[in-house]
Amino acid sequence: MGEVIVITSGKGGVGKTTTSANLGCGLAAAGKNVVLIDADIGLRNLDVVMGLENRIVYDLVDVVEGKCRLKQALIKDKRYPNLYLLAAAQTKDKSAVSPEQMVKLCDTLREEHDYILIDCPAGIEQGFKNAIAGADRAVVVATPEVSSVRDADRIVGLLEAAEIKNIRLILNRLRPDMIKRGEMMTIDDVVDILAIEVLGLVPDDESVVMSTNRGEPAVADENSRAGQAFRNITQRIMGHDVPIIDLDEVGGFRAWLKKTFRKGN
Amino acid sequence: MDFFGLFDRKQKSGQIAKSRLQLVLFQDRMNTSPEMIEMLKSDIIKVLANYVDIDEDGLDIKIGSQADGGSNDAGPALMANIPIKGWKKR
Repeated sequence: MGEVIVITSGKGGVGKTTTSANLGCGLAAAGKNVVLIDADIGLRNLDVVMGLENRIVYDLVDVVEGKCRLKQALIKDKRYPNLYLLAAAQTKDKSAVSPEQMVKLCDTLREEHDYILIDCPAGIEQGFKNAIAGADRAVVVATPEVSSVRDADRIVGLLEAAEIKNIRLILNRLRPDMIKRGEMMTIDDVVDILAIEVLGLVPDDESVVMSTNRGEPAVADENSRAGQAFRNITQRIMGHDVPIIDLDEVGGFRAWLKKTFRKGN
Repeated sequence: MDFFGLFDRKQKSGQIAKSRLQLVLFQDRMNTSPEMIEMLKSDIIKVLANYVDIDEDGLDIKIGSQADGGSNDAGPALMANIPIKGWKKR
């Protein structure tokens, strides 16, 4: 029986879709059979981040409306044969799907796949309720900014109210240099405030933008620090004990990268 | 310029972010459960009623910042305005 994990944040633009894509690829690279569901109906993006935008024939709404079979709507990934994407509909809105339909869909997918990752839309309305309806676990993505942490706190409250027990935090876009200067909240500050366990820390890294530009998640890039962070998170999701990334090392690497780059020029 | 320089040395923005968040989340959490404020109110009345006569209609309890009360520390504070009608005779 597979596990359903919702990736959520409350606030938009903190990296939910990027995180979903990277964890999906990471789990697939580790040999797991994975389905990524884009639950952001009307504002689909997981397809472009994955580089699969040209392969969509059927979407999530087609499946729940019975216009196609589930298997027909599962888009096979380019790189991993054991990774599938169920795209969101672009021309419908969040009310096209109900929480009951999502629960049913998740239960069907659970039978044949190890992990079902749901990319949740921003906000706390219908789209959010749909996305969390069938989830066993939740990953809350936040950046160390007041707006993001405030929304994450609200989301944690709503997830708890929905009786999702396993809620973990991914702190995204960390700037070790700023934390050192005292101009960014520390990991401890955020954990203190949100009072949930950390699943992983992802440094702010240009390689994420660059790989997203190409439609190739950073997790596959051996030289990407963010990619390494996502690989570690993947391991933790599978239950392996991997130490949390050392941020100072990240700073050191950035400095090293800058130096090398200048030399190359 | 001098003012900002002074402010900067006093507290880094990371720390300011944390204390602002602590306050705002305290308020958020309270507001999402208004029944908690009501429970708090009735408990406070119960205790005080042992000592004083309270004007229950004039009772005002809210969460604010300590800074509102003149203190420099901007942590969350419970602010209660409780009109007293008179002392209980013992």
